[in-house]
Amino acid sequence: MTEQHGRRAAAPTTPTTPTPGLPAAAPAWRRVASQTAFETRMILRNGEQLLVTVVLPVLLLLSLVLTSFVELDTGGASRVDFVTPGVLALAVMSTAFTSQAIATAFDRRNGVLRLMATTPLGRGGLLAGKVLGVLAVEVVQVVVITAVALALGWDPDLAGVPAALLAVLLGTAAFTSLAMLLAGTLRAEGVLAVANLVLVLLAVGGGVLVPAEQLPGPLQHVALLLPSGALGAAMRGALVDGSLPAFSVVVLLGWTAALGWGASRLFRWH
Amino acid sequence: MPAPAVLVRDLVKRYDGRPVVDGVGLVAERGAITAVLGPNGAGKTTTVECCEGLRSPDAGDVRVLGLDPVADAHELRPRVGVMLQDGGLPTGVRALEMLRHVASMYARPRDVGELSERLGLGAFARTTVRRLSGGQRQRLALAAAVVGRPEVLFLDEPSAGMDPQSRHAVWELVRELRADGVGIVLTTHLMDEAEDLADQVYVVDHGRVIAAGTTRALLESEHGVTAPGDGAVDRTVRFEAAAGLDLEDLRGSLPGSWTLVEARPGSYSLTGPADPGALVALTTWLAAHDVLATRVSVGRRTLEDVFLDLTGRHLR
Repeated sequence: MTEQHGRRAAAPTTPTTPTPGLPAAAPAWRRVASQTAFETRMILRNGEQLLVTVVLPVLLLLSLVLTSFVELDTGGASRVDFVTPGVLALAVMSTAFTSQAIATAFDRRNGVLRLMATTPLGRGGLLAGKVLGVLAVEVVQVVVITAVALALGWDPDLAGVPAALLAVLLGTAAFTSLAMLLAGTLRAEGVLAVANLVLVLLAVGGGVLVPAEQLPGPLQHVALLLPSGALGAAMRGALVDGSLPAFSVVVLLGWTAALGWGASRLFRWH
Repeated sequence: MPAPAVLVRDLVKRYDGRPVVDGVGLVAERGAITAVLGPNGAGKTTTVECCEGLRSPDAGDVRVLGLDPVADAHELRPRVGVMLQDGGLPTGVRALEMLRHVASMYARPRDVGELSERLGLGAFARTTVRRLSGGQRQRLALAAAVVGRPEVLFLDEPSAGMDPQSRHAVWELVRELRADGVGIVLTTHLMDEAEDLADQVYVVDHGRVIAAGTTRALLESEHGVTAPGDGAVDRTVRFEAAAGLDLEDLRGSLPGSWTLVEARPGSYSLTGPADPGALVALTTWLAAHDVLATRVSVGRRTLEDVFLDLTGRHLR
């Protein structure tokens, strides 16, 4: 006891030099690259996430192409040519929105966001890592879906590929913003329910797989203005007709601006 | 003279208009362990979160290594290590994978292998966080907090859920960091943790600092009895009996110098040179007044007693 008291009393007054060499952060690119790899691994390792992001879109592709339970006016295109762009759009939504909203909501509840914000990564690096992680998972999705679609006889308009990539980026921006808005404001369990429900609703009536103009009644007009309808139309425009519809681009940019603004204002880290 | 590790002045933080931290001031030196002790809900975590840059103060001033935790976050983050109360570990990641990931954020991190051996992480290196016990998570969270070689370390309830061996390993590492000059701030509601580890203790309650000083000074504060020069050991005798006993009269019957407090109605705390004779004097006095003590205990005066004297409540 005496010895401890002695040490305790001496400790604050003894001038000690900190660890040699000031602590320093890794370079910013390495921090973001590390976080991106981490986020990507976390998503791809999670069975439920993988189910929603990869298995579900592939099953939809197979069932929509190989069966005709769903009536589609393909406008003269083959069924696989018409369906695949919509499935790709849905895949983007599942990763950028559903999967990311759920992952971020649980990270928020578990304090992961706060902990990483105190490391040199910071909040900006964390967000960058999340967005790049989404894009990395989308690469995996596009490769798998494209392979299956090609096997089913998909013959996309190659001139429209750059436009399709742009549409993917715009859709990712809009849906990641929506994911952040939900994840940063609702309880984790709430996000889990809402993110899955919204994905199903948008898949069925949001103009993703079935174009807005083929939906019943007032949905036709609503779906056109939804980010899902805009992304679906943009993907079909690019890969079926080889051109990006300007209206869809404007709708996606508008949603990104509004949702991004909302998320930056309302996101709670605690 | 370099700036202290942490300097907090008149800190106020409100949630929905209700002040959770209400004028806290504290100084944590480098190369020292500073404990913020108080019951749950006292404002400990919020105070520390303001120091970590996770919350912005509503009023007052917070400086870490002389810098503003929010405005200078970019400069501070590599120099500050944080262990959050809820761990902050993603559930799907493997233990060592998480530590490596956090280490990758720093230019010159500690050796992950050495650190995991120090804290006994090897046994569950490939186990996902979800499957770790509370103590294992705490050890991993501590490893993540120190892997970047911080100059200032914040530990929020570090011993929560830890078994005695884990605690020992953790305290050893924390003492070693102190010897290396790291300024350590830890929050706790465990008196023994504060007593054994801390150089400086701030007792907080209802968002305010109600007592501060070295552990020894607090234990010998005016609320207790100053240590007698003859080497007698001060102890606390606690007893429960009828409320409203005449303490002045009792004091006169006890041998030596005593401090008597009725912390709560019917709950008494006497601090002084408790020897067998003193206990006889106490029970004789009680018998003379026809009072039955339903409980009598003798112990060393602790920070718990200090807290009890100050607030009339137990820490937990």
